[in-house]
Amino acid sequence: MQWETVIGLEVHVQLATQSKIFSGASTAFGAAPNTQACAVDLGLPGVLPVLNESAVAMAVQFGLGINAEIPEVSIFDRKNYFYADLPKGYQTSQMYHPIVGPGEVEIVLGDDKTKRIRVHHAHLEEDAGKSLHEDYHGMSGIDLNRAGTPLLEIVSEPDMRSAAEAVAYLRAIHAIVTYLGVSDGNMAEGSMRCDVNVSIRPEGQAAFGTRAEIKNVNSFRFVERAIAFEVERQIELLEDGGRVVQETRLYDPEADETRSMRTKEEANDYRYFPCPDLLPVVLDKAYVDHLRSTLPELPAEKRARFENALGLSAYDAGVLSSSRPMAEYFEAVKEVCGDAKLAANWVQGELSGQLNRENLSIDDSPVTAQQLGELVLRVKDETINGKAAKQVFAALWNGEGDSADAIIEAKGLKQVTDTGAIEAMIDQVIAESPVQVAQYQDADPDKRGKMIGYFVGQVMKASRGTANPQQVNALLKQKLDP
Amino acid sequence: MALELEDVRRAAHLARLGLSDEEAASYVDDLSRILEMADRLQAVDTEHVAPLAHSLDTTQHLRVDEVTEEDQRERFQRCAPAVEDGLYLVPRVVE
Amino acid sequence: MHDKTLTELAAGLTAGDFSSRELTDHFLGRIERLDSEINSFITVTAEQAQASADAADATRRQGDAGPLNGLPLALKDLFCTQGVRTSCGSRMLDNFVSPYDATLVEKLAAAGAVSLGKTNMDEFAMGSSNESSYYGPVKNPWDLAAVPGGSSGGSAAAVAAGLTPAALGTDTGGSIRQPAAFCGITGLKPTYGRVSRYGMVAYASSLDQGGPMARSAEDCALLLGAIAGHDPRDSTSVTRGVPDYRAELNAPLAGLRIGLPREYFGEGLDPDVEVAVREAIRVYESLGASVQDISLPHTNLAIPAYYVIAPAEASSNLSRFDGVRFGHRCENPSDLIDLYKRSRAEGFGSEVKRRILMGTHTLSEGFFEAYYKKAQQVRRLIRQDFLDAFDEVDVLMGPAAPTPAFDLGANKDPLSMYLQDIYTIAINLAGIPGISVPAGFIGQRPTGLQILGPHFAESQLLNVAHQFQQATDWHLKRPVFGEENS
Repeated sequence: MQWETVIGLEVHVQLATQSKIFSGASTAFGAAPNTQACAVDLGLPGVLPVLNESAVAMAVQFGLGINAEIPEVSIFDRKNYFYADLPKGYQTSQMYHPIVGPGEVEIVLGDDKTKRIRVHHAHLEEDAGKSLHEDYHGMSGIDLNRAGTPLLEIVSEPDMRSAAEAVAYLRAIHAIVTYLGVSDGNMAEGSMRCDVNVSIRPEGQAAFGTRAEIKNVNSFRFVERAIAFEVERQIELLEDGGRVVQETRLYDPEADETRSMRTKEEANDYRYFPCPDLLPVVLDKAYVDHLRSTLPELPAEKRARFENALGLSAYDAGVLSSSRPMAEYFEAVKEVCGDAKLAANWVQGELSGQLNRENLSIDDSPVTAQQLGELVLRVKDETINGKAAKQVFAALWNGEGDSADAIIEAKGLKQVTDTGAIEAMIDQVIAESPVQVAQYQDADPDKRGKMIGYFVGQVMKASRGTANPQQVNALLKQKLDP
Repeated sequence: MALELEDVRRAAHLARLGLSDEEAASYVDDLSRILEMADRLQAVDTEHVAPLAHSLDTTQHLRVDEVTEEDQRERFQRCAPAVEDGLYLVPRVVE
Repeated sequence: MHDKTLTELAAGLTAGDFSSRELTDHFLGRIERLDSEINSFITVTAEQAQASADAADATRRQGDAGPLNGLPLALKDLFCTQGVRTSCGSRMLDNFVSPYDATLVEKLAAAGAVSLGKTNMDEFAMGSSNESSYYGPVKNPWDLAAVPGGSSGGSAAAVAAGLTPAALGTDTGGSIRQPAAFCGITGLKPTYGRVSRYGMVAYASSLDQGGPMARSAEDCALLLGAIAGHDPRDSTSVTRGVPDYRAELNAPLAGLRIGLPREYFGEGLDPDVEVAVREAIRVYESLGASVQDISLPHTNLAIPAYYVIAPAEASSNLSRFDGVRFGHRCENPSDLIDLYKRSRAEGFGSEVKRRILMGTHTLSEGFFEAYYKKAQQVRRLIRQDFLDAFDEVDVLMGPAAPTPAFDLGANKDPLSMYLQDIYTIAINLAGIPGISVPAGFIGQRPTGLQILGPHFAESQLLNVAHQFQQATDWHLKRPVFGEENS
């Protein structure tokens, strides 16, 4: 039987606020345990929450970024359950009236086709703390620094049909939130995590199968693998005549498998009800319009502009628009050199290659966009040839000079186009290579093309790579061909 | 709506409230009578009445996003039953 | 000194008749000698009080005394006080020394008030008799066989007994007004949102409101002025400005329109209480007010709605007491669930458990719509009853409680205890202000007149109450108990 995979994602994005969603404690990552858990975060008796305006603004910006409805009224509810890392015995969340209504996200698939994934809604909520399982005399330690960090939970419709689509969706969400600056998107620090709902059904069947929820997957790769494993598991189960149980599972990256998290010891009953300590959040049209007017260009628009207005290939446009720092870097290079395609080639080629080799992000590139732009400009105006350009790039990367021009000057890499100078070098090479000249001139004319390479190499060497290769070639032919 | 022992047990578990058998039995009786009183609510037609969560029709004000709280861990943990290395200790949590 | 009102004591301090230290020592001495009779304090903070009194005297000498400078008062033990145990009348918080001050505590301190200590209360403010306190029941100073009412029973009894000239209480369903009536003092529940709830340990967040309990309406006006106002730390506190509540106290009442809710004079009302209330209303007529009957048709649904909404909120509010970060923790928990279950079983008393169970049940799947949502719909109808009534009259008047103070141990059944709140509870659901003023005695035991007004009509309520106290002297009567006369 052919099976179809159905995937829905709940993505939790930590918003990049300075302070927590309901308190004035810092959200900075990595502080000593419980030093950023204030009275409100600890749920001390008598404390009350007050909503952070940036958390609201960021949620709305995200909503506008996915063309979602922004309801005028949103309401916070309490989700009641006991857990070690949940200080109040409830999580303040939004169950019935979320801040962001239905919207959609465009994803790009491998063959440059796009697909729209519907977002059901996105809501604001507070994060929980962390349980540390090092052994404290058989006890666990609780750190509540993260408690109260604002989260935007983005709930998709079950619109994805493969692990690749799920990853593309997650990347698209990542790009949108980082473009907007509403999250740092740092998955390693937990700024973005997702719950993956996976089910399968026979191809052509309209009804969904029973789904399993894989909790807290925190990298693109793990999302892909967890889904792959889970789909295999479900197919095997069904083909062996079994049933998929609706349950929560955990992906274990080391074993590369998903495991059932809890036996159905108890059905959860979260007893949602409107939080009496918080009032309805009312967003008027002027506020939403103002935020709309300040939205930056988002990845999908950027991709279209790169392709249509700048003439980049669909692939280049996709890669260069995938992250805001990458897009900004590319645009800066393009501004300086005035050639989008050359800029794209250099950013995607030499720069990205070197970044990858050294495992650096573009923000940490030792070569600035201004420097690279000036270098590309010298390629474009033929001040240097391609080979010399790579030398200049390496020198910039290693900090051997402040600008391409300075390095070209210092290393004497300026392309030699003076015919007289090139001729002098050619004459010398010919004089020093009587054997090769004889072989060349005795050879079949149609074999000479290959043989001229030797002379070109010698001349280029003599010029320390600065001679214009086309000129060298043409002049050599003139002189050698009988 | 009368209440069974099982309902009380379930609520007690959700609320993480230990109850002796004797207590549970007495709450079955009390809560049944309280719920019976609450059932008087059913007599009134509220089909077109919106629920009222707050007595004033005011809206949420927003706090400026700035860090206003300093580290007061030592002070806050003075009233804690069990701490070590700045962490609150609880019986081992199994994921 | 303890026979004087707060206003008179303020005048005495200003005139230099006595110092704050003398005043404070006087009340501390009375607490020391007499409180063993009534058990109205859980914690007495004598040293801090003396230090604050000395500081207040110094401030006064420098000539910049705040409105409450040097005046002693007491705090219901659910206002968080930094460095002082804040127990909520519960074993759960018997060991809880608050690391921070409630906003109201800060405001009172800023106004120069001197806190004598923390008063007894029903556990987590759940009760109408002060019998559910972990620290034992409070006795009514008018009759030691009677309850003081609840949940702010310690505050009411302490004021009545002259152990403090005033106190802060809180009112979720009548917890200021009913004990005020039972103890023959004046107690005001402000409009919901008028005073900050930050640092006031929550029972039912959408209903809780702190307020003054004192010997007179004038004293309540003085205190309310100091504690009212917007608090940026409480989302539900309102931003509207705070008027001078004493400015209108002497406005004449001619033309005042008083409504008497028929539903407040029906079955269940003690005939002697009714006589006292009707007599009080005649006083108003003599002051030029007009009286008319009015209906609050959904009155009989207030108790059912309240006993769904309040326990629901409470069940969630009290989840934070889990034995992890503060409060009682059981010995040697075997696992996390055992830690929760035993800590909470040991820490909470039976009425608190009852309400947690009730609230958990009505919020759970399959019951939410029938109970919680329904109760919130009815809540809107109840509020509308009041809004409609205030289209026709300026204030409503009736009894604060159906009976005078009952005997300790008389209301063993929780349901009959809940019925105590029949005239007070709807006011919290509607969020409007209410004040209870002494209106006579039934035997030895006081009874109270309750006056209700529209949202934010505190000035008018205080004016109406004050005018009554200019025409009567019920509020000046003092109980004789213990080694009185000493």
